[in-house]
Amino acid sequence: MSALIRLIDASKRYGDAAALHPTNLSIERGKTTVVIGPSGCGKSTLLRLIIGLIEPDSGSIEFDGTSVTADNVAALRRRIGYVIQEGGLFPHLTARANVVLMARHVGKSQEEMQSRLLELCELTRFSDNLLPRYPVELSGGQRQRVSLMRALMLSPQLLLLDEPLGALDPLVRAALQKDLKEIFARLRQTVLFVTHDLAEAIYFGDEIVLMNGGRIVQKGSVTDLREKPADPFVLEFINAQRGLASL
Amino acid sequence: MNRTKKGKQSGRSLPVSWVPHFLLIFSCVPVFLIHSSSAAEITIGSKKFTESYVLGEIAKRVLIDAGIPAKHREGMGGTIILWQALRGGQIDVYPEYTGTIAQEILKANRALSLDQIRDSLAKFGVAMTEPLGFNNTYALVMRRSQAQQLGVRTISDLRKHPELKIGLTHEFLDRQDGWQPLRERYALPQRNVIGIDHALGYSALANGSIDVKDAYSTDAKIEQNDLVALEDDLQFFPKYEAAFLFRLSMRPEAISALRRLEGTLDEKRMVRLNAEAERTKNYTRAADLYFERGAGLASGAGESFPQKLTRWTLRHLQLAGFSLLLSVIVGIPLGIVASRGGAIGQGILGFASVVQTIPSLALLALLVPLPFFGISIRTAIAALFLYGLLPIVRNTASGLQDIPRSLRESAIALGLSPTTRLWEIYLPMASRSILSGIKTSAVINVGTATLAALIGAGGLGEPILSGLNLNDHVTILEGAIPAAVLALLVQWLFDLLDRVLIPKGLRL
Repeated sequence: MSALIRLIDASKRYGDAAALHPTNLSIERGKTTVVIGPSGCGKSTLLRLIIGLIEPDSGSIEFDGTSVTADNVAALRRRIGYVIQEGGLFPHLTARANVVLMARHVGKSQEEMQSRLLELCELTRFSDNLLPRYPVELSGGQRQRVSLMRALMLSPQLLLLDEPLGALDPLVRAALQKDLKEIFARLRQTVLFVTHDLAEAIYFGDEIVLMNGGRIVQKGSVTDLREKPADPFVLEFINAQRGLASL
Repeated sequence: MNRTKKGKQSGRSLPVSWVPHFLLIFSCVPVFLIHSSSAAEITIGSKKFTESYVLGEIAKRVLIDAGIPAKHREGMGGTIILWQALRGGQIDVYPEYTGTIAQEILKANRALSLDQIRDSLAKFGVAMTEPLGFNNTYALVMRRSQAQQLGVRTISDLRKHPELKIGLTHEFLDRQDGWQPLRERYALPQRNVIGIDHALGYSALANGSIDVKDAYSTDAKIEQNDLVALEDDLQFFPKYEAAFLFRLSMRPEAISALRRLEGTLDEKRMVRLNAEAERTKNYTRAADLYFERGAGLASGAGESFPQKLTRWTLRHLQLAGFSLLLSVIVGIPLGIVASRGGAIGQGILGFASVVQTIPSLALLALLVPLPFFGISIRTAIAALFLYGLLPIVRNTASGLQDIPRSLRESAIALGLSPTTRLWEIYLPMASRSILSGIKTSAVINVGTATLAALIGAGGLGEPILSGLNLNDHVTILEGAIPAAVLALLVQWLFDLLDRVLIPKGLRL
């Protein structure tokens, strides 16, 4: 099975600072790949390159075997679902309107949208009574569920999550982690998940990509990271997070 | 108060002595509103001071008595405005003074004979009647008591009293035949010279803030305020004989009717008519005095106050509404472009800000000479439109810029097209800011539209200007109170509109 996403020597600079050094990375189909690392390590840059919000200064990005260009990026985006930390819901639209926004624009019928909507409500455990509400009328956890529904509405090949649980309180966060994991499994969804929390990375990640200073330091399973650290930073990072957890 | 003085003032139009002048202009408003005059009707213009109003009424009366339909556009503005309106055919006749014609219209730097004036005017398709019989020239006036006490009788006598405070109209200060050459001719030593509106100058003179001011020799205020005119012992001031200017193309029977007025009005009579007009504020009645018929005139007795108020208010709303609509249509797209920043965005915001800093009168005055504009409602709408632009452009730009980057990126990442992003996401999210910009513009426009009367575009500024002109507070309030009420209503209406136009999700 070939990789869904492939970065080939892709790099990005902002002024003098390299946000991402030339990087190679493959995201496998049907798996959850977690990108982890401290703030400013380049993980957000990586994500933004993949969804085409920014273009690489050098190298290229392939999506499903096609090189991403300015011409096809708009079409490719519809094959990617994107969830950000604060949910990214549009405040002037109801939960329902947020979810069906893109489906409406690609001309889906009302029936089609309605049945997909109910399916997603069930999948994300979101009460359809809440669909007429506006984002400000929903709790943080509910907003993230709506955001997830919006991302999944058009059955994307890839789901990108940029610290989707970062702003939630611990109880809500735990519940949502569990639901997310179930959803990914049920959909056999290819997921790229960005977090700075090691426990979360271990919980979700079939594959963990540890980044630091604009480079991928190591890619592999948790066990690989723990037992065959590629670099002293890997141990340092793991131990730092562990130390906190054991308190 | 202003009646006489403006007679000669020709020139420089609005910006100069703004308060009084624009008030006067207001009176012209009605004129322009109704700009389609029937072909057969003769349109008479007048400047914004009493004597010109009265002469305009007299001309109207003599034409109507001759069976020729005529209407009078009162107080359209200063010399240049009337002259351009005459050349442009918006009016057919207006009263003017020979000195003004030579100095301000023909720009001659010496005295011209009547024949020389006629020859020069003919090139513009304009003719002049014989003088009406009085010479309304400039004069310097003082309080009678002070003049007697100091022994000042002539302008030369002023040399002995360098401490006297002089207050002159802005026009007189700047005229070619005004203060500078006068001071040189008489070698006057006074350095304490201020510019002051004509009407306010009389009050200043009365309370001693100034001691000497300029006036017109037929000004009824001179006698009313117990002032004396100083003798022009060096014959500095040119002659300002009143006559009617008219278009050569005017129908012959109208010309001959007008000519019946030649040589029939001496100074004393004119002073009496001016005084009557000032006293009663009824120019038609003053004109009737000329015809020595005390009563029963047919001509436009007038609208009732509710009718006038309706007319002013409708015009006011028309001015503010049209200009606001234009500001919205142009301002929102400009704001969208400006929100993207860069040199173009900076340029747009810079331009809109600069326009805002131009005083409204100056902006009106700048637009008047442009071909398409002139003295018309178009000019007023254009000026109001420019004023209304900045709040809308700025609020549109800042409303869009305030949308969090994460939401912009969500819209992009979702795959929405740029057009959809703008219309369905960005503009609705910026709607509160955009609407508040529109509201600011609307309130500014309702307020500033009172200045439109200055260039004859009408509205609630009309009574304000007339009131200022006549120093009549009740008339001022007739315009000022409705204008304030209108501004409040507009504010309230937009508050209601917020509820309709701002998406509910943004109001929770």
